[in-house]
Amino acid sequence: MAEARPHRRADRPATLAIDRLRIEIAMQRGVARVVDDVTLEVWPGEVVGVIGESGSGKTMTALSVLGLMPRPARIAAGDIHLQGQVITRLPDAERRKLRGDRVAFIPQDALRALNPVLRVDRQVGEPLNIHRGTPWEKAKQRAVELLGAVHLPHPAERAREYPHQFSGGMQQRAMIAMGLALEPELLIADEPTTALDVTVQAQVLKLLREIRDTHGTAILFITHDLGVIAELCDWVYVMYAGAVLEQGPVERLFGQPAHPYTQMLLRATPTVRTVQAELLSIPGQIPQPFDLPAGCRFADRCPQRFDRCAREPPHIQVESEHTARCWLLEGEPVRLPHESGIDAMRPSTRSG
Amino acid sequence: MSGNLLQFRSVTKEFESGLLPWTRRRMRAVDDVSLDLRAGETLGIVGESGSGKSTLLRMALRLLRPTSGQVLFDGRDVGALQGNDLKQVRRRMQAVFQDPTSSFNPRQSVRQILLAPLEVHGVGTRDSRLRQVGDTLDLVGLNATFIDRYPHQLSGGQRQRVAIARAIILRPSLVVADEPTSALDVSVQAQILNLFKQTKRELGLTYLFVSHNLGVIRYISDRVAVMRLGRIVEIGAAHDIFTNPQHEYTQALLAAVPDADVTRRAAE
Amino acid sequence: MSAALTPATASVRHHGVNWRRWRLLAIGGTLVGIVIVCALFAEVIAPYSPYDLDVAVMLQGPSAMHWLGTDEIGRDVLSRAILAARISVQVALVAVGVGLVGGTIIGIVAAYFGGWIDLALMRLMELLFSFPAILLAVILLASLGTSILNAMLAIGIIFIPGFSRLARVATNDVLRQHYVDAARTVGMGDGRILLREILPNVVTPLLVEAAVAFAYAVLLESALSFLGLGAQPPEPSWGNMLNTGRGFMAQAPWLGIVPGMAMFLCVLGFNLLGDGLRDAFDPHLRE
Repeated sequence: MAEARPHRRADRPATLAIDRLRIEIAMQRGVARVVDDVTLEVWPGEVVGVIGESGSGKTMTALSVLGLMPRPARIAAGDIHLQGQVITRLPDAERRKLRGDRVAFIPQDALRALNPVLRVDRQVGEPLNIHRGTPWEKAKQRAVELLGAVHLPHPAERAREYPHQFSGGMQQRAMIAMGLALEPELLIADEPTTALDVTVQAQVLKLLREIRDTHGTAILFITHDLGVIAELCDWVYVMYAGAVLEQGPVERLFGQPAHPYTQMLLRATPTVRTVQAELLSIPGQIPQPFDLPAGCRFADRCPQRFDRCAREPPHIQVESEHTARCWLLEGEPVRLPHESGIDAMRPSTRSG
Repeated sequence: MSGNLLQFRSVTKEFESGLLPWTRRRMRAVDDVSLDLRAGETLGIVGESGSGKSTLLRMALRLLRPTSGQVLFDGRDVGALQGNDLKQVRRRMQAVFQDPTSSFNPRQSVRQILLAPLEVHGVGTRDSRLRQVGDTLDLVGLNATFIDRYPHQLSGGQRQRVAIARAIILRPSLVVADEPTSALDVSVQAQILNLFKQTKRELGLTYLFVSHNLGVIRYISDRVAVMRLGRIVEIGAAHDIFTNPQHEYTQALLAAVPDADVTRRAAE
Repeated sequence: MSAALTPATASVRHHGVNWRRWRLLAIGGTLVGIVIVCALFAEVIAPYSPYDLDVAVMLQGPSAMHWLGTDEIGRDVLSRAILAARISVQVALVAVGVGLVGGTIIGIVAAYFGGWIDLALMRLMELLFSFPAILLAVILLASLGTSILNAMLAIGIIFIPGFSRLARVATNDVLRQHYVDAARTVGMGDGRILLREILPNVVTPLLVEAAVAFAYAVLLESALSFLGLGAQPPEPSWGNMLNTGRGFMAQAPWLGIVPGMAMFLCVLGFNLLGDGLRDAFDPHLRE
C-alpha cells in the first residue's frame, strides 16, 4: 500500500522544513561537517523521530532550528523554514521571540535545565511573562494548570517547590509543561527520556502522545533508542555521521529497513520480547566529522559494500516516500537475503 | 568448579545523612537481600534507580560494608577480611564500571593502567608482565598500538575494552559489571556485550551483571534478579522471567519497555 | 545523549581562547622572569653594592650615575631594589613551599579518610584561616623571634589552610571518579592509591594557586619588613625600603616609589602567570 506521508497537507506548509542543511565547525584539524546536506520535515500533528548515535548530527540539527548552536558552528548552506517562513539567518533578537513561543525545546537533562533557586511555578510560567507580558500572578496560576495538564500529582502544592525536590520524571514533566505554556507549533525533544527509568519513560511518552492528539502539535523527537521510536513516532529519519541515510514511515523502517545501517542497528539492539541468539555487532567506528570518507559514509563498516560505494549515493526511492541512500537499491530490485526488523527475529529455543 | 562463588546472606545496607541527631535521616538502600551466585553463571540484576542494585554490587566488591548480614566469597566472609587476606580475595574478584570517562586515571597510559594490577599482586617479572598485558589486550580485541595511549585518546568502546582487560588481567574467578554499556552507542554496545560473552567462555568466568536495560540483561544473563527499593522481588532463569513474569512489578517493568514490534501495534 | 555536541565544542573552545591564554602567560612570565633574574644574579646586575654608603651623595634623585637615585645614607636605590628581589623570592619560595606541602598533605588526608579526621583537621584549618594574616604573622614572629627564616615559616603557615581547602576539594572530586574504586578493587593499598591515583590528579589546581600565592607572599613579606619584623637592616627588602621611604615622601619620593613599583610589577607578574597557568591547565581547553 504505497501511500504518501499521511500527515502531509496540501493546504499548509510543513511546520518545520529543513532543506539541505549543512553545518560546519572550523577546527584546528580541519573543517568538521557535523550536519551534511540534511533535508527533514515535520508536519502538524506528526511525531517525527530522528534516530542516530553519537556524532550523527541529530542534536546539532535540532539546535540549529532554535538558533542555539555553539558559537563556532555555522550554517554553511541550506535553509530552515518554520510554517513556510525562512528562519535560517534570523537575527538573535527575532530568534528569541520564537523560542518558547512557537518552538519549544525539551532537553535531555531536565534538572540541569531548571534553575535551582527559583520555584517551579515561576519557571513554568516564565514563557508567559516573557512572550505575552502576562503578570506574574496570572502566569504562576497558569503554570499550575499546565502542571496539572501534564499529570503532575498535586500540582498546586508541587508548583511551590524547587526543582531539586522533584524526581527525574517530575522534572521532565515540568519541562514539558514549560514547553507547552504558549501552545507552540513545534516541540523539539532531545533525548528527553534517556535518563529516566523505563516506567517513568513510558508515562512521559504517553504524555507526548496525548499532547499530539489534543493540540495537534508537531513533535521532533531525537533519540538513540529504537524502541522509543517504534512506540511513539509516525515518521523516522535515520542519521549517521551528519547525514540522513534512510527515512520513511515507522512501520516500514522497522518492518523492511532498506539501508544496511538501519538493518544492522536493529539487529544490534537487544530486545526484551524476543531472544536473540547473537547480537550483531557493527565492526569499526563512526567516522569523525572532519575526516569523512569520500564515498558512502557507512561503506567501510558495511558488509554489503561494493565498488559503487566509492561514490556517495543519493536518496533512492524504496517505495513511495520511503527512501534510503544506498546503491544496493538501484538497478535490479534484488531482495537481498537478510533478516529484517525486530518482528522477524526468531525466538530462540534456548534462553539468552 | 561448582558451588556458590558469591553469596549474600540477609544483607542490609543503611545510609545515614545529617550530622546532628535531630536532622539525621536513615535510608535503607539494600533491604535483607539473600542471593547465591553459582560458579560459571551470569546473573543479571535489573532494577530502576533507587533499587539498590549498585549498592549491592559495591558490597560484593567490599567497597562498602553491609550494615547487617554477610557477603561470602567462596565461603569466606568478605566483610571480616583484612590486609593480605582481603588482597587475595580481591585478586579473584574484579570489576568493570560504568562511565568509561571516570573509570581511568586520566594521567595514566593504557600500559600503566594494565600493569598496575599485576604490580600490586606481584605477579611475574617485569618482562612477563608486559607480555601478559599484550596478551590481555589481544583477548579484548585491541592491538599493541593502544598500549601507549591515554584514556582521552580512546573512544567509548575502546575504553570499555581496556576496562574489561583490566578486569581480566589477573584471571579472576568473578567479574562484577556495573552498567558497563549504558554510556555506549548501540553499535558499540553490541560489540562489548559480545566481548563479555566471549571472554566468559574463554576464561571460564562468573559474572554479576547489573543494568537498568532489560534488553541487555536478557541477552547476557542465565538467571535474572529483579530489584526494587532494596529488595529482590523476583529471581529465576532469564527465559522464565521474561516470558512469564510472576511478580507484578516485573510485569509492569516489562510492559513499560517500548514495544519495538511495530506490526503488532498496527494490528491493534 | 547529546554526544554530538561534546567532542566538537571542546576542541573549538580551545581554538577560540588560545590567543588570550598565551598573552597572559607571556607577560606574566616575562615579569616573573625579570624578578627571578634579579634575585639570582643581583651581584652581577647591580651597578653598585647595595651596602656601600657614600654620605656625600645621599638623597639624590635619579641621575646618570644612579638611575633610581640614592637613599638617606647614600646607597644606590636601584642596586638595593635588585637585591631586595632576592629576599622576596626566597621568602616567597620557602613560604609557598611550606604552605603547599603542608596544605596538600592535610587536605588529601582529610578528604581521603573522612570522618572525624576530616572534621578535626578542617576545624583546625578554619581556626588558622580566621586569623587575619598579618596578625597571625606578627604573633608567630613575636613568639619565634624576628628573622627572615621565621618570616618564611610564618607566611608558610598562613598559607596552609588555603591550600588544604583546595587539596581537599580536588581530592573529593577525584574520589567521586570510578578509577579510585577500580584501584581498590584491584587490591591497591591506601598508600599507593594516595600517591599514584590521587596526588597527580590533584596537583594541577594547586600549582596554579601556588603561582598566585607567590604574589601574596611577596606582599606579606613586604608588610612584615615594613613593620620591622622581616628582613632586618642593612638587608634590603622592598618592605623595609618602603618603610624608610615613607619618612621621605616629601623630599625624596623615589625612595618610596621604587620599591612600590617593583612590588607592583612582581605581584602583577605572578598573578598573570597564575591566570595563564589556570587557562593552560583547564581540561575544557585542552586538545
